[in-house]
Amino acid sequence: MGDLFAVVMLSGIYSLLSAALFLDLHAVDVAFTEASVGAGISTLLFLATLKLVPRYDKKSRYKPALALGVVVVTGALLIYGTLDMPHFGKADAPVHEHVAPRYLNESMDEIGIPNVVTSVLASYRGFDTLGEVVVIFTAGIGVMSLLRISRQAKKEAKSKTPADMQQQVILRVVAKMMIPLILIFALYVQFHGDYSPGGGFQAGVIFAAGIILYTMLFGLSTAQLVFKRKVLELFTAIGVFLYAGVGFVCLFMGGNFLDYDVLRHDPVHGQHLGILLVELGVGITVASVMMTIFFKFTWRTVKHKYNQ
Amino acid sequence: MEMLLDILSWILLASGSFFCLTGALGLLRFPDFFTRIHATGITDTMGAGLILIGLMLQASNWIVFAKLFIILLFSLLAAATACHAMAKAAIKSGLKPQTKDNREIEPEEQPSKP
Repeated sequence: MGDLFAVVMLSGIYSLLSAALFLDLHAVDVAFTEASVGAGISTLLFLATLKLVPRYDKKSRYKPALALGVVVVTGALLIYGTLDMPHFGKADAPVHEHVAPRYLNESMDEIGIPNVVTSVLASYRGFDTLGEVVVIFTAGIGVMSLLRISRQAKKEAKSKTPADMQQQVILRVVAKMMIPLILIFALYVQFHGDYSPGGGFQAGVIFAAGIILYTMLFGLSTAQLVFKRKVLELFTAIGVFLYAGVGFVCLFMGGNFLDYDVLRHDPVHGQHLGILLVELGVGITVASVMMTIFFKFTWRTVKHKYNQ
Repeated sequence: MEMLLDILSWILLASGSFFCLTGALGLLRFPDFFTRIHATGITDTMGAGLILIGLMLQASNWIVFAKLFIILLFSLLAAATACHAMAKAAIKSGLKPQTKDNREIEPEEQPSKP
């Protein structure tokens, strides 16, 4: 398929459909993440990239027959490998016998929050989630160092950043009504993640989406009055720092790394506090990385426009 | 009362589905971009709206009702605005609506797919 725009749209639709599939399997948190990250913000970032590159794919001259063969063989081997696996939903499958029953049975006593997904994600498997946050942080740093903006382009863009969307009355009014609600919803998802589907990842993405909508309507320079580049870069690091910092505080208070029991006198209260802080760290990093990536791409587009 | 609500809700659900279907049909069959986004607009506002109202009548408690109402408000606002934005963007990038006058003259210039 040569039209990259269609490819981006199709991948968004694919994400939305898989979100519906996850919802059907009662994996609400995963569905939420897929809908907000896969269908929402990645499509947006892809579109921002498409503004920089040509829309149509160049015709390639090589025939990828060998690659197709490798892919088919690998896929066939993988499918052959799954034949030995236990049937889907079988009660005595290893995945249901190892740690899952313990998490499900003990979570309420040990962690004390109703959403088991959050307690697994932020407490039992806190170390893995730290890794995920570091991955996002690294991706942000990668984009920051690849798309550096020269000082001259910055000055030029500042003087005549086009906010031509601002003349569109209907868009402006509706966006003004919706952006505050989007931001409040993001905060709700962030801090209600212990009790209902949601958490730092989804909240960060939704928050960033609200700000990106604002940027698209009112221009980059207006948005950067609040979210300055330096501040965003700082917050990208602060999120990871907060997460890892909670782990180290646990160490200093006599527990294991990311073992929140020792944070307060009552282990359950300690877990609550630890999960709240850790999720906040995730949210801060995700939101600022997403905003940074979008801002970088937009700077680049503006620079493009005026260098021609 | 229960019966009446059920009948009303079924009527709303059925007509909502009908509008969704007509919207999909229009998206496939209408001649140019602007008529097509009109069709999708119908799906998002009339279709989804009527289905949501029908579901609101079936809501077991008020919190479900309130959530559905918020979704309804959001979808009405967002869908109509998205259609408007798309039409504006199309006009701005130079796509002319197909009219009686230009249909015969330049049929090739109308892209077959938006």
